[in-house]
Amino acid sequence: MTGLRAGALLAIALVTHWAQAAPVAPSPTNDDCLACHDDATLTASDGRPVAVAGKAFADSIHASMSCTDCHADLATAEFPHAEKLARVQCVSCHADPVAAYGNSVHAKARQAGNASAATCTDCHGKHDMRASNDPASPTYPLNLPDMCGKCHGDAKIIKDGGIKIGDVLAKYHDSIHGKALANSGLLVSAKCTDCHGNHDIRGKDDPQSGVYRANVPATCGKCHGGILARYASGIHGSKLAAGDTRAPVCSTCHTAHEIRRTDADAWKLDVLAECGSCHEQSLVTYRDTFHGQVTRLGFARVASCSDCHGAHDVFPKADARSSISPEHRAATCRKCHPAASASFSGYDPHADKRDPVRNPALYWSARFMQILLTGVFVFFGLHTALWFQRLLRKDPPVKPKKAEG
Amino acid sequence: MRHIRRFGVVDRISHLILMFSFLGLALTGLPLLFNDARWAAGLARALGGLQVAGRLHRFCAVLLIGVFTAHVARLLRRLLVKKEYGILWGPASMVPQPRDLKEMRDHFAWFFKRGPKPRFDHFTYWEKFDYWAVFWGMFIIGGSGLLLWFPWLFSKILPGWLFNVALLIHGEEALLAVAFIFTIHFFNGHLRPDKFPMDTVAFTGSVTEEELEHERPDAYARWAKDGTLDALVTDPPSPRVVRGGRIVGTIAVVIGLSIFALVIYAVATHS
Repeated sequence: MTGLRAGALLAIALVTHWAQAAPVAPSPTNDDCLACHDDATLTASDGRPVAVAGKAFADSIHASMSCTDCHADLATAEFPHAEKLARVQCVSCHADPVAAYGNSVHAKARQAGNASAATCTDCHGKHDMRASNDPASPTYPLNLPDMCGKCHGDAKIIKDGGIKIGDVLAKYHDSIHGKALANSGLLVSAKCTDCHGNHDIRGKDDPQSGVYRANVPATCGKCHGGILARYASGIHGSKLAAGDTRAPVCSTCHTAHEIRRTDADAWKLDVLAECGSCHEQSLVTYRDTFHGQVTRLGFARVASCSDCHGAHDVFPKADARSSISPEHRAATCRKCHPAASASFSGYDPHADKRDPVRNPALYWSARFMQILLTGVFVFFGLHTALWFQRLLRKDPPVKPKKAEG
Repeated sequence: MRHIRRFGVVDRISHLILMFSFLGLALTGLPLLFNDARWAAGLARALGGLQVAGRLHRFCAVLLIGVFTAHVARLLRRLLVKKEYGILWGPASMVPQPRDLKEMRDHFAWFFKRGPKPRFDHFTYWEKFDYWAVFWGMFIIGGSGLLLWFPWLFSKILPGWLFNVALLIHGEEALLAVAFIFTIHFFNGHLRPDKFPMDTVAFTGSVTEEELEHERPDAYARWAKDGTLDALVTDPPSPRVVRGGRIVGTIAVVIGLSIFALVIYAVATHS
């Protein structure tokens, strides 16, 4: 009797429960999903792989979550579920990053119809998603450039996406930042996101972009704080701060993606052209003097621009802080010429033989030499030519016997 | 056929050292002067880099200054000890004289077939020009070169702008010297039709009596009259010396003309 009653009560309870739960299907557990999907060969009817590696998911940062937390449409779906699932909405948990992403060049390109522009999963992965401080994550510093390079080193995507900068991956790998990252394993070395941002990557002509021209010094200064302070105090930084957009920023001289060691000869020789792209006349007169002649031949042992003028804290000559001001000039020469005196530093490393005001002695010396050379060669050229034609004419003098006798 | 001595051993060795050091200086200085020429960087590297080229340049400079100093010392000895005042004036002197102007005028007349060939004496006007050009060049190029070699020393007494001038005239005067020697001097001494392919007198030291009489009739007549000629008679140069002179001379002319070709190329392509 007692057994019967108990059985009846259980039946009632079950029926009652069934009656209550009946309109809602039970949400599938992760095990339910993986029972089918943890099969590397699983594909949808159109051949698209739909496998989910259970191990990779278990190791991912989302391991504690349910499949249906992201695939919310499956929480209530009939099984077997439809092949086409609703798009996963990262925003439901990650509101800020997704909002930031909305301002990015990637989001705008997608809106404009470029399906290859990056979205969350292109960078972070899907079921195997890991935290960016996890060495196995594609967004881990050491892996990040190659992750960006999946697209920014891909000729087709670059062409289809109209990415003006071209293949930056190769350039970055050869740069001092790329080498510091790959060869020296320095996590702190600048990688793509340090300059461009991560979710809200903007174009360089967007004033809110870290790589917008006027923002470049601050962006580089996030790491190179000491240089930023010097740059800001110098003429280039002051001009930029005052709104003169012609003033060079870091990348003007150092480039953006091909930044090199500044103690290498190649840099010393090449940067001359950078300085000369604005200071044209100074480059011309530099080339006229010894330092410029030596560097043009590819030897970097002599002074180039920054050796005398400084690199980041360049000041005009009239500024007492300038390394070429009358107060500091001889000391600057002494960096290479230990015995240089004040008189020694009166040598003009940008002397212009065409300028009678700046270099009168040089100007007149050049004029004198020009007249001397012209005079000598005109006279002796004529003399030689006349002599030659005379010796060829009818009655040449008797050719004397050779001296060996 | 008698051979007449024109240059002694010291003069001939001096000329050899002069040749060697001049070619060395030209070759090692050229890349810097024509640094924008296409061949400049390659030549600088071929010389072992600019530092090595600079050391070779200074080595040759010391040789040349040495040979020049020795020459001046010999002149002073001839003048002060041996009292050879003839080197100051007269036919045996290198000092330009009215006779040189006249001979130059007559030579031009002869170029146009308007007169006989001048009866040259011991030294012709173009030889004197060559000689004094070296003197002038030694002071200008040698002086400016020393300034540039030891700027820290000379700047103790000289102003800084002088080093700008020194750099300019060192190069310009060197260009003058190089272009002059490798064209005019080569033509006068070797390449003109009546000397071609070369005059070996600077190497052998002697000329035939016939050649002397033909080329410097006044000197020949004077020496024949006062008996100097007999004293100047010497053995014919050995075939080895003649062959050596030919080889050295040919090498020098080839190097010189090559350098001149580089200069022409550099000037022609200068932007």
